Amino acid sequence: METTEQLRDRLLARFPGAVQLVANPGPAAQHSLLLEPAHARAIAEFLRDDPALLLDYCSNATGVDWPDKEITETVKVTVPDPAGGPAKVVDQKTTRLQPGCLEVVYHLYSMARRHGPVVIRLRTGNRTDRVTLPSLTPAWRSCEFQEREIFDLFGVIFDGHPDLRRILMWDEFKDHPMRKDYVEPDDYEWEPTPHGTVMDKAKAHHPAPVPVVPPAAPAKEGTQP
Amino acid sequence: MSPADLSPLSPAGGATVRPVHDEFHGDLLEVSMGPHHPSTHGVFRMMVTLDGETIVKLKPVFGYLHRNHEKLGENTTYLASMPYTDRLDYLCSMTNNWAYALAVEKLAGQPVPERAEYLRVILAELTRLLNHTCLAGFLLQDSGASGTPLMYAFREREKILDLFESLSGSRMMCNFQRFGGSRLDAPADWLAGASQVADAYGAFLDEFEALITGNEILMARTQGVGVLTPALATSAGITGPMLRATGVAYDIRKVDGYGVYPRLDFRVPLGDHGDTYDRYMIRVLEMRESIKILQQALAAIPAGPVMDPKAKIRGFRPKAGEAYGRIEGPKGEIGFYLISDGSPNPYRYRVRAPSFVNLTILEDLCLGHSVADAVIILGSIDIVLGEVDR
Amino acid sequence: MSDAVPADSAAVISDAERAELRRHGILLTSLEELYNWGRSHSVWPLQFGLACCAIEMIATSMARFDIARFGSEVFRPSPRQADLLIVSGTVTKKMAPQVVRLWNQMAEPKYCIAMGACAISGGPFKQGYNVLKGIDRYIPVDVYIPGCPPRPEALLNGLIKLQEQIRGQKIAGPDAPRHLGKTDACEYPVPEFGPHDLEPPKNPAVWQPPTITRKE
Repeated sequence: METTEQLRDRLLARFPGAVQLVANPGPAAQHSLLLEPAHARAIAEFLRDDPALLLDYCSNATGVDWPDKEITETVKVTVPDPAGGPAKVVDQKTTRLQPGCLEVVYHLYSMARRHGPVVIRLRTGNRTDRVTLPSLTPAWRSCEFQEREIFDLFGVIFDGHPDLRRILMWDEFKDHPMRKDYVEPDDYEWEPTPHGTVMDKAKAHHPAPVPVVPPAAPAKEGTQP
Repeated sequence: MSPADLSPLSPAGGATVRPVHDEFHGDLLEVSMGPHHPSTHGVFRMMVTLDGETIVKLKPVFGYLHRNHEKLGENTTYLASMPYTDRLDYLCSMTNNWAYALAVEKLAGQPVPERAEYLRVILAELTRLLNHTCLAGFLLQDSGASGTPLMYAFREREKILDLFESLSGSRMMCNFQRFGGSRLDAPADWLAGASQVADAYGAFLDEFEALITGNEILMARTQGVGVLTPALATSAGITGPMLRATGVAYDIRKVDGYGVYPRLDFRVPLGDHGDTYDRYMIRVLEMRESIKILQQALAAIPAGPVMDPKAKIRGFRPKAGEAYGRIEGPKGEIGFYLISDGSPNPYRYRVRAPSFVNLTILEDLCLGHSVADAVIILGSIDIVLGEVDR
Repeated sequence: MSDAVPADSAAVISDAERAELRRHGILLTSLEELYNWGRSHSVWPLQFGLACCAIEMIATSMARFDIARFGSEVFRPSPRQADLLIVSGTVTKKMAPQVVRLWNQMAEPKYCIAMGACAISGGPFKQGYNVLKGIDRYIPVDVYIPGCPPRPEALLNGLIKLQEQIRGQKIAGPDAPRHLGKTDACEYPVPEFGPHDLEPPKNPAVWQPPTITRKE
């Protein structure tokens, strides 16, 4: 099977500007292709029907939450000396907010050609209002339940999914629990050996009694409680 | 043709569209089978819409055992997630452990010594025997042979559980594989005991088959019931014996060639019709192949360490990156997708559970059949709710 | 038979005398003992398995461990016909209303065994958004069996403990069990699905978290 770079080039020839390679730095070297959501469905069907690839089996669809990240960059800047001396080089720190997104990763294999995996990724615009992605269920039926699960636990809305509703949590549930900023309902009870975050909950629920401070010096007139 | 056209739900796939309310048809009855039901293999619910006895719509509802395994995986270290993988497919803990260890070893680039690979194969095939035996017992229990085949199945299962207990300390939740090998070495008398169990298993299968396989009632109830086409199975991501019963020759042991499977000689049985009887027979044939694999692996297991000496157990922090590792579990492809950001906990820990994906076509298989057939079809898909809901 | 003989009366028969009578083929007992003996040795569980512990429960009912010899001959599928609810496996918040409904549907006398760490307190999955931290938050539990999963022998031990509890019950007086007491049958409230959690998260009449004072 062709490498990920070759596949990217072939896809770019057909769908210009819609594919980017995301390198995988670890030893597994499973590089993936980031697709533009607008062309994702067409690319998916191409990957499924192309005679060299015949990726007819979508093994796994995963949701990933990338929250907003604050990135601090340090740049060396030359600042002229107001007193007229030589210019000084100082460090200037700029902080910028890299907006987060929700990501869906698909692992594709081919049962006909017995090769794989080809990993494709789709990213949403942000984590709040632009969370719609095209559903790949029309291309691979195996995405049906897995995309429902990603909708349930992450909140990604799949456009074109035949039956998008919650699958694991109850229908009245409001949150998306697998997001990194999900806060569990406070359901604390007694723990025998709390530590870490559970210790904070323990202290909040069972605050330590306020220690009684004894009077500094007994006054001659009488004692005070 | 898109996969939607292949489904029996569509006119192109063979469904007949019937009017719902007219003077010749009564109202439809909606029955909720489960989550507490004797035959639903756990807390699984099927909202079945019936026209008389025939199913016209079926919607599976699950999540009743959703124990947020993936969220726990993000909050625990890689090694501490290993006992949780036991509880995914709680009948087959050894294969779950292996799949997870394989994924982490891929992520970290960790090699595994040869003796450990052989030991993993031995334990995986024992697990396959255990799982398929239980499936045969449960399927027959669901079809009405209440109790007796299950007793035979569990009798054999106890022999394998004794082996697991003497090796790993626990009957079911073995927590045995580690990143870079196995936790403990198998002593020579354990291997001899495993050899005895493997050799005696053939006789049990002969006894079981003599009682069951040619049985008229079983054949009448399962042949032609729940037919799955190869095209729909491939598109719906079905794996495992259910896929091979339709005739698609895809066994990850042969395709990926992980572990020492390329050195072992075994065949992959395939079915012709894709119905419930084929799914049952495939599993019986796979048990016979597993016995062959076991005998070869037990004879060829080399001496040596079972754990890579350079493997890091404490302070295990794989480099940033991601990996997807999968094996052929008894129920299908079980895979783990891990994203590491260099910290001791995974950034994203995802379980690709075979039972979850195999349920996609439950409605397609059950349409047009009766409620009793739905129970048998569900039994032949072989689901475990720990995996479906995670 | 008239009311029980007063405890301090000289007419109470001792165990040695009873054994002597037994050797002559005369069985002497009290109504309470007979009633409790019959009840405790025919406890029929509900066919109710949630997760991994259910497999050990099934193994307990199979030929090797054989729960039938302790009286639990059949596992009844219908809650109306069952005496014992063995909660085996993790109770999730999605499943909790169904468990409470099943408990309500069981007829008195009924008992509950919490089998496994998950049913007792949430178990290894305790820190979870969908896991109920113990079934005793909503229904009263008689016997707790720890383990993950408990061995079949542990489940049999738990059943024996329950049998001892039943045999120790009085059939009259203030210590009588629920079904013989003067109180009306109570329906345990079924929790509803809320937007973030079950409502109510626990049943205060059944379970209260222990109060502790922390030193630091």
